[in-house]
Amino acid sequence: MSDAATTSKASAVEMLRQRAYKIRRHALRMGEVQGQGYVGQALGVADVLAVAYFRALKLDPKNPEWEERDRFLLSIGHYAIALYAALIEAGVISEDEIEDYGSDDSILPMSGMADYTPGMEITGGSLGHGLGIGVGMALGLKRKKSASRIFNLLSDGELNEGSTWEAVASAAHWKLDNLIAIVDVNDQQADDKSSTVLNYEPIADKWAAFGWETYRVDGNDLEALIVAFDSAMESSADKPRVIICDTLMGRGVPFLETRDKTHFIRVDEDEWSVALKQLDEAYDVQ
Amino acid sequence: MSAKQKLKTSAMIASIAGEGQPTTSAPFGHALVEAAEKNPKIVGMTADLGKYTDLHIFAQAYPDRYYQMGMAEQLLMMAGAGMAREGFIPFVTTYSVFASRRAYDFICLAIAEEKLNVKIISALPGLTTGYGPSHQATEDVAIFRGMPNLTIIDPCDAVDIEQSVQAMVDFDGPVYLRLLRGKVPRVMDRFEGYRFEIGKAKRLMDGSDALIISSGLMTMRAIEAADELKEKGVDVAVMHCATIKPLDTDAILAEVRSHPDRPVFVAENHSIVGGLGESIASLLMKEGVSVKFRQIGLPDEFLDAGALPTLHDRYGISTKEVVKTLEQHVSTSEEIKPTI
Repeated sequence: MSDAATTSKASAVEMLRQRAYKIRRHALRMGEVQGQGYVGQALGVADVLAVAYFRALKLDPKNPEWEERDRFLLSIGHYAIALYAALIEAGVISEDEIEDYGSDDSILPMSGMADYTPGMEITGGSLGHGLGIGVGMALGLKRKKSASRIFNLLSDGELNEGSTWEAVASAAHWKLDNLIAIVDVNDQQADDKSSTVLNYEPIADKWAAFGWETYRVDGNDLEALIVAFDSAMESSADKPRVIICDTLMGRGVPFLETRDKTHFIRVDEDEWSVALKQLDEAYDVQ
Repeated sequence: MSAKQKLKTSAMIASIAGEGQPTTSAPFGHALVEAAEKNPKIVGMTADLGKYTDLHIFAQAYPDRYYQMGMAEQLLMMAGAGMAREGFIPFVTTYSVFASRRAYDFICLAIAEEKLNVKIISALPGLTTGYGPSHQATEDVAIFRGMPNLTIIDPCDAVDIEQSVQAMVDFDGPVYLRLLRGKVPRVMDRFEGYRFEIGKAKRLMDGSDALIISSGLMTMRAIEAADELKEKGVDVAVMHCATIKPLDTDAILAEVRSHPDRPVFVAENHSIVGGLGESIASLLMKEGVSVKFRQIGLPDEFLDAGALPTLHDRYGISTKEVVKTLEQHVSTSEEIKPTI
């Protein structure tokens, strides 16, 4: 790699690092408003969202319904806190909305819904819907001869739903090279560890067997994420692509990284300011 | 009865037409082709039942606008939602049992919650197959009536189906239509000026002795019963309520109130639980309209397999049985109590 390329790559990583930090910070502030929230997931998936929103996706923050945008579908509605944070950072949603997160008449409800929030493409929450909707949208984009892409963020828990696999088969059948699935594997779902509730490993082999181009990376490693997203987007294979991201819940806040993992990670009232402080320290922000 | 005299199930699932009745073949498929000529946004999608929902006619005419999604009804509804999101008007087809029982969550949240423009066309509604409960959607309307934003259409015949296709294209929003397929009888031709309209109930026949309010193929039975009873001196009015939701409350209330002493029968190809009958009973009660009221519909049971004519007699929805029910209640002065 040339010096210029090395510098360019380093600055790209640094830019995304800053974005990921801000996404984590926005999410923690939303959690603080409600005194609860899926901050464990948001902290875990922040790096993935930073790369998706600030490197991969084509979007116009001032016009979230721009016809030529890439469509980002959040099927895991409870991750809305993470997507709101990314949309705030991208300038689609005003940062002022954080104060109303999850409150009456807020545009940021606890579970993500299309009608409430600019940039929220679909109503998630009933898991197993997003990828199938993505198949229909990807088929529709091809009908329109559109160059736009569909991104769908799923979780490892969502792989339990049979409807997800109907969509996995269908996307390969239709050779939907304009569809990129992202699976956040944090090995945690509502009742227990995903591997204990219903083991889906080896996840990558399963998607590959269905006919997908498959990438598996450390979802908290920005350099690895950049390579995976770039490769998925540059590939000329006539297949849908999946980027499987192993993430750590609570990433970026040491006491949450090590806390007992549950679906709804516990944060006590006096811990929010500690969390924000630890996050700032982790990113060398005074 | 000897084995030889028994009716065969297989011969009886293709058509509900009576002997000598004029029919149209695959009215839905042909009407969709006609609508698609004018509107390039229309696409057809199915879950491995294209040939069995008359969508194959569309597939032959527009192969590049036809999407075979495989035997995956959840996916069918999700993909239909996705297509609608991209501005298309998907007509998605399956059987009523699969749409209502298997794909409910996907219709509810992926389609109805967002008012997406998906038309769900489902064959074998109510008791229109002798295959038994796996294929008989006797409770599909009950399942769907509670779903906000969803319009429910139960067409009577080929004329209704042909006209409803263009009406659905012109209507922006999700629709569930109970399809009659194959050789479908034409009965509305005799009513001059009849037009199918979403949300409108239409009085087809006037009569002072009884009123039948009906939907779907039971309107056909109601007309036949009214014809027969007229010859016996009983004057029966028939109101066709092809849209079950939203209910045309104004027309129904006006019709019922116009003859306060006339008994009201609601006839539907559906369970007596949760369908048109209960919908109208609830309307009349809420509006303080007290009339003699009776339901003609399928019992709250899993029904038998067998040949359709046998089953329609057995469960009281054949013309013969409708006539009997009316004679029993109209010709006597005995007070009729609601059956529900």
